[in-house]
Amino acid sequence: MTTLTSAPATVPPAAPKGRRMPPWLRAVIVVVIGVLILSVTATLTNQLQLTSRGTMQAAVLLALPILFAALGGLWSERAGVINIGLEGMMVLGTWGAAWAGYNWGPWAAVIGGMVFGALGGVLHAIATVTFNVNHIVSGVAITLLGLGITKYLSTLVFLPISHNPRQSPLLEGFETFSVQPLANGLLAVENQQIAPLSDFAGLIGGLVSGLTPLAVIGFALVPISYLVLWRTRFGLRLRSCGENPVAAESLGVHVFTYKYAAVVISGGLAGLGGAALTLNPGQLGYLEGQTGGRGYIGLAAMIFGNWRPSGLLGGAALFGYVDGVQLRAGGEAVHALLYGASILAVGLALLWVVRRQWKTAVFAAVAGAVVYAIYFTIDTVPREFATYAPQLVTLLVLAAASQRLRPPAAAGVEYRRGEGD
Amino acid sequence: MPAAEFAVELAGITKRFPGVVANKDIDLKVRRGEVHALCGENGAGKSTLMKILYGMQQPDEGTISVDGSVVRFRSPSDAIKAGIGMVHQHFMLADNLTVAENILLGAEGMHGIAGGARARIAELAETVGLDVDPGVLVERLGVADRQRVEIIKVLYRGARTVILDEPTAVLVPQEVDELFETLRGMRAEGFTFLFISHKLDEVRAIADAITVIRRGMSVGTADPATVTSRQLAEMMVGSELPSPETRESTVTDRQVLVVEGLELAGEGGGRALLAGVDLVVRAGEVLGIAGVEGNGQTELVETIMGMRRASAGTITLDGTDLTKRTTLERREAGIGYVPEDRTRHGLLATQSLWTNRILGYQSRSPVSKGGLLGLIDRAATRRDTQRIVDEFDVRTPGIEVAAAALSGGNQQKLVVGRELSGEPVLLIASHPTRGVDVGAQAGIWEELRKARARGLAVLLVSADLDELIGLSDTIKVMLRGRLVADADPSTVTPEELGAAMTGADAAPAPAGAGE
Amino acid sequence: MTRVRTVLLPPALAIVFAALLCAIALVISGDSPFTALAAMITQVGQGTTAIDIVNNSAIYYISALAVAIGFQMKLFNIGIEGQFRLAACVAAIVGGTLVLPPVVHTIVILLVAAAVGAAWAGIAALLKAYRGVSEVISTIMLNFLATGLIAFLIRDEVFGDQQGNNISTTPIPPSGQFPGIPFGSSGTLFGMVFVAALLGLGYWFLLNRTRFGFELKASGESPTAATAGGVNARRMIIIALLLSGAVAGLVGLPELLGRDLAYTLTSPQGYGFTGIAVALLGRNHPLGIALGALLWAFLDKSALALDAVGVPREIVLIMQGSVVLSVVVAYEIVRRYELAAEQRRVAAELRAAAEKVAA
Repeated sequence: MTTLTSAPATVPPAAPKGRRMPPWLRAVIVVVIGVLILSVTATLTNQLQLTSRGTMQAAVLLALPILFAALGGLWSERAGVINIGLEGMMVLGTWGAAWAGYNWGPWAAVIGGMVFGALGGVLHAIATVTFNVNHIVSGVAITLLGLGITKYLSTLVFLPISHNPRQSPLLEGFETFSVQPLANGLLAVENQQIAPLSDFAGLIGGLVSGLTPLAVIGFALVPISYLVLWRTRFGLRLRSCGENPVAAESLGVHVFTYKYAAVVISGGLAGLGGAALTLNPGQLGYLEGQTGGRGYIGLAAMIFGNWRPSGLLGGAALFGYVDGVQLRAGGEAVHALLYGASILAVGLALLWVVRRQWKTAVFAAVAGAVVYAIYFTIDTVPREFATYAPQLVTLLVLAAASQRLRPPAAAGVEYRRGEGD
Repeated sequence: MPAAEFAVELAGITKRFPGVVANKDIDLKVRRGEVHALCGENGAGKSTLMKILYGMQQPDEGTISVDGSVVRFRSPSDAIKAGIGMVHQHFMLADNLTVAENILLGAEGMHGIAGGARARIAELAETVGLDVDPGVLVERLGVADRQRVEIIKVLYRGARTVILDEPTAVLVPQEVDELFETLRGMRAEGFTFLFISHKLDEVRAIADAITVIRRGMSVGTADPATVTSRQLAEMMVGSELPSPETRESTVTDRQVLVVEGLELAGEGGGRALLAGVDLVVRAGEVLGIAGVEGNGQTELVETIMGMRRASAGTITLDGTDLTKRTTLERREAGIGYVPEDRTRHGLLATQSLWTNRILGYQSRSPVSKGGLLGLIDRAATRRDTQRIVDEFDVRTPGIEVAAAALSGGNQQKLVVGRELSGEPVLLIASHPTRGVDVGAQAGIWEELRKARARGLAVLLVSADLDELIGLSDTIKVMLRGRLVADADPSTVTPEELGAAMTGADAAPAPAGAGE
Repeated sequence: MTRVRTVLLPPALAIVFAALLCAIALVISGDSPFTALAAMITQVGQGTTAIDIVNNSAIYYISALAVAIGFQMKLFNIGIEGQFRLAACVAAIVGGTLVLPPVVHTIVILLVAAAVGAAWAGIAALLKAYRGVSEVISTIMLNFLATGLIAFLIRDEVFGDQQGNNISTTPIPPSGQFPGIPFGSSGTLFGMVFVAALLGLGYWFLLNRTRFGFELKASGESPTAATAGGVNARRMIIIALLLSGAVAGLVGLPELLGRDLAYTLTSPQGYGFTGIAVALLGRNHPLGIALGALLWAFLDKSALALDAVGVPREIVLIMQGSVVLSVVVAYEIVRRYELAAEQRRVAAELRAAAEKVAA
């Protein structure tokens, strides 16, 4: 070792291991804190609608299409295909559901929506998987095509019946049902008006009453998607295509098949989202433009949820809830939410102070102060803004947290068979 | 035990790609229970041949026999069924999946995906010496452990014949020894290995038989017990070997690049990527940086280039402080940069050669006419591109063809030619001859030597220790973001460098895991 | 020759394919494709159709240019829609309020529109450059927010005027309008058509003759290589999106300054998405986009003509959607084929040269 002169090397200490909390416990804690904040807000601002059963029922109905679209995004992106065509597939789904539903009843509508959405998925898969077209380009094109096809078909099929090319005839919907005796019990508690007990009762009551089978399917699909994607062979293979398709292929995984399957399932889910719109008890039938960009919002909810089923459920719930509050209680209730948001910001600031992340804490505190100042200076949020509150929240959340998100490594990346080394 | 003598037999394999014949009438016979080395220089067609054997590509002509019977592989799964597995040079692992998931993928049917699988994985982990929890994400593993995971993947599928594509390229000598121990143990258990390499000493150390291919054709077999490295090399190249040795010293005492106390913080508050790096490169000097990949060499180069922002320290070029400058300003100050991955960092693949001439020079003559809009002087750019093509012997039908149409060696010559244009005072060359053919390699070494003689300062990062020792005037060893040792290239051996690269003599460091 | 083939063949094939698809759809629904085709072709000579097509294509052209600027560096500005609508709305408000001499007034309105479009895109730019937020998602969200903002701005207690069922901004006085060229009964050509042409020229020049254009293309082709070549990725993202937004801001102006003079609740929508489709059709090339814009406007106009002969007008939407989808597939196939062919050609020429030396 004569020619080597070594400098003293210091081995850096290993990073401390963070304490692990089981994910379900975390979720429960987050939900409880959220409800507590809402409860405090509702009480202090006297906006009792914030936690009422009616608001929650509206929220569930509004969240459902977004949830389906978000699940669609999850399936597709986990297999590495970005699906911005969800909107188009959803539009196809609304028509398919209306057509099948008009002819054969509500269950046929569910199937019809799914099949039409899945057809959009097939197109997206052909373009992106077989022909390697840029995923966003293909998604935009499919949305255009989906709009065109639906308009053409409704002129052809619905115009003679409903005398309106933009609308289908009224459909037969699902009967709604409530989980008894839980629903009635909760209602009794809600009517006592004891904070925060009544608030919990109102919110949970909204979840278990006025349900349709489609809502049950939607909520069941969240754990089902998790189990299939993370606990089965099919799911492992599908995710591997989204993480490292070259590796997957080298292990004999037929990447094409899995990507096709994922994108078609994704389309089917988006189509279900369309069916959920068509079968909405408040407005049974196809109506041109009824998706209103919910496919895109579903995608946002999925990103918000960090490409995980539980996360996207949270995202969809947030969208649905703010929408529901806006719809049921109007601008003043949304205004009250600002108050809640400032409480949340202060809470987060304190949390980060405890964790000694000073910069983030200051950021949260300032954000809280700004939101509170807005709350203080205006009396109501103008209707035009209240409508788009969820989009604003998405933008803010992405701005604050996008660097902590973890999309599938190969999402959107071109992949051609046999090209890896 | 099958009766056939040969585990694998390839006969008359021919494979054509657009414009090239990758394999031409190749024969290869591998006996059961031997380590059979396949040698050839980069681009000789080794990898294509192995992809054919592994079913990733189909031969245009020729037959494959396994255990004496002719087979046809339409996909890797056919090959896997026939008991053939492959460990790729570039690991085929999904970072965001766990070790167990990576192993199970595609073979879920064998032992399920729960308890049975876990038991089998634990068993195999012992065979190859992998000591990590199968539940951790692969992204947390070091290189040697990743390779072990790759080998387990193959074994898990019941492979009896294992193709190892350049398995030692990413390992340091000590890890190579460990790998060879594992291979010998498994050979004793009856496994057959096809070992692809162009590192001849390693081949002679491990192989029982050697087949050499050159320019897509098999040129013969050799007995590792009797053949010398020199003879093997000449079979591979077909002529005299070039050597990377530099002649007399041209080092001056003018300090061109001075780096002091350079620090680069880790992402998300992790371990620092660079810590306290000090170095000086003088005019006419080649400073070599040795190190196992992933120890901060890439980060060092990219920080000097301004592609990453240093968290502390200064970078001075010819007395000018560059620490706060942008990448373009650093280039304008006289740094030429040959990146380690030319296709990712050096070239615009679908653009013409002359458009590629602009990259990095978009603000300077002869490419730019200057002015508020920064007009591009297309005629002058084309002329200068033609000059590079002529001077650096870039084999191309013209300067209008897309960069992707050229071979790797010619692409690299274009990059080197471009980066030596505009009279740089410092050249940063990362793995300048990686993945290029021998002819281009010799050409690039010659250009580096000429530039050094003209007084250029060169910072050379390379994984090829022979290249590093041959070209450098001084060598520094990098380990976990620090420069931990100096070496004199005139006396140091690759083994000694390897020891310093793993920190074997400096500090007792845990191997692989714990990154 | 090969160049013409590779550039023109894919769109031609895509159009034929889409037309066939529509013909089949028409036959199935019991209509005659030939009647439809005849109606579509003869409409061009009738009434104001020809001028309308050119006017509309100018709008689509500007929108597609805005998209193409982003596409050049693989930035997907899906937010042209929101940018142009907000810009038109604010420009209408400013234009209707200010009192300025002619020409200056018009120029101020153009500048305001460009600035608003750029500012709205700038939000996405900053989020992308500093927070790593995908511009696809942020611009989609911004589209929604623009809708809300516009609805707020033209409320009658803010800047709007209730007029019957509609709400409108104060009309822009003649000094702020952009004069067109009247063709009598054939209609009036928007003056902004020439602005659109100038923008196309500027786009071509910027892209092919300047450092910015090179850096834009380099960033799109390989962000890593661009960074190593001294291109500041963050700066490029911001400039490209601002520029795209500024051009997008002008999309609504041909109609605003040449015909409508005020922004109303019913002002046209959807040009942003049309722009994406047209940019894809024209493969981001200034001439290609022009042809794409004309085709799109022609198809749009055909809807009315088809209605007149009893063919469902929505067939046009299917035609447009399928043209876009098939053209992107066709371009992709040809691109791959082209590269392989070039590699073959290079290898063959090198072999020939080597043999010549050996001989």
